[in-house]
Amino acid sequence: MTNGCGAPAQGGTIDASTTETVLEGKVLSEGTPVGGAFVRLLDSTGEFTAEVVTSPEGDFRFFAAPGSWTVRALHRTGNGQAAVSASGPGVHAVEIAVA
Amino acid sequence: MSRENVLVSAAWSEENLQAPGVVFAEVDEDTTAYDGGHIPGAVKIDWKNDLQDPVRRDFVDREGFEKLLSAKGISNDDTVVLYGGNNNWFAAYAYWYFKLYGHTNVKLLDGGRKKWELDGRPLDKEEVTRDATTYSAQEQDLSIRAFRDEVVDSIGNKNLVDVRSPDEFSGKLLAPAHLPQEQAQRGGHIPSAVNVPWSKAANEDGTFKSDEELRELYAEAGFDGSRKTIAYCRIGERSSHTWFALRELLGHEDVKNYDGSWTEYGSLIGVPIELGSGKEA
Repeated sequence: MTNGCGAPAQGGTIDASTTETVLEGKVLSEGTPVGGAFVRLLDSTGEFTAEVVTSPEGDFRFFAAPGSWTVRALHRTGNGQAAVSASGPGVHAVEIAVA
Repeated sequence: MSRENVLVSAAWSEENLQAPGVVFAEVDEDTTAYDGGHIPGAVKIDWKNDLQDPVRRDFVDREGFEKLLSAKGISNDDTVVLYGGNNNWFAAYAYWYFKLYGHTNVKLLDGGRKKWELDGRPLDKEEVTRDATTYSAQEQDLSIRAFRDEVVDSIGNKNLVDVRSPDEFSGKLLAPAHLPQEQAQRGGHIPSAVNVPWSKAANEDGTFKSDEELRELYAEAGFDGSRKTIAYCRIGERSSHTWFALRELLGHEDVKNYDGSWTEYGSLIGVPIELGSGKEA
């Protein structure tokens, strides 16, 4: 059967030899991971591409493509965003501070 | 159709959690969200296990839907308020599904779980049990559901609204960017489709944009109000969100959701596919 478009569990690790272009990291508030934050991936024109909810450890992950991206987090305690550039396949780390 | 008949706010919902004849239902693909805390009194509907046939790619049949709603304690005359994660995608899908089987009073909680959580409204883990009912469903209302042959015949003469992200529309990505990209089907979109990502119909907090903003959005994209319309995405939930905006909020009459969507169309032998942005350079 066809799986839905809901996000898989966030966090954990994935195979570093992946052919995917992975953007992943944590949402932090004053250095502490924030679970339950809504993280959206925006493309180079600022257009919405995808959204996930962080794991209890504050983790998020996107399967994108090479290029420039923005990740933006919303939480009831505050919002924040960060830029990330992916040159090619592999895991690209990015952190978002919310305040 | 007006907004008040089909959408309720988080504030209204919080005041009406105990209202007689109103049943809140959370709909998600991943029901761990519900289990970790849900709107007080809300029942859980599992998008996959409750609404999809376990063997064939199709919905549970009329009898199955009757059985489900009876077990959830939902009566024919209850007002069902649906909400969920993922900006209400699966809740919008369930809304469309409830309409398909003829439920009269169904509404979406504007903004879904996200708005509720961002507002800091209460969630609890209480187990919700409601007395079983004897629910009676209608035959599927196929005036709101499109199948593949009709979609192929609609190329160039109906509004085909592809609500996936621009990169999925162009063929660069095969699935939303929070999912792995290994898919069997081809990338691209149905020829003549306009690309209006579902996200453009929603504010950042997950609530729907105003009617005026929505009207402008679809007009700008080349949506022709005099034509019939079919919305699609990858599997039909994001397009339910847009089906809701076009039919329930803006009042367009002949709007169908193509639940086969790209996972079906992009795997068909011989059908035409267009790549790129689709706009004339």
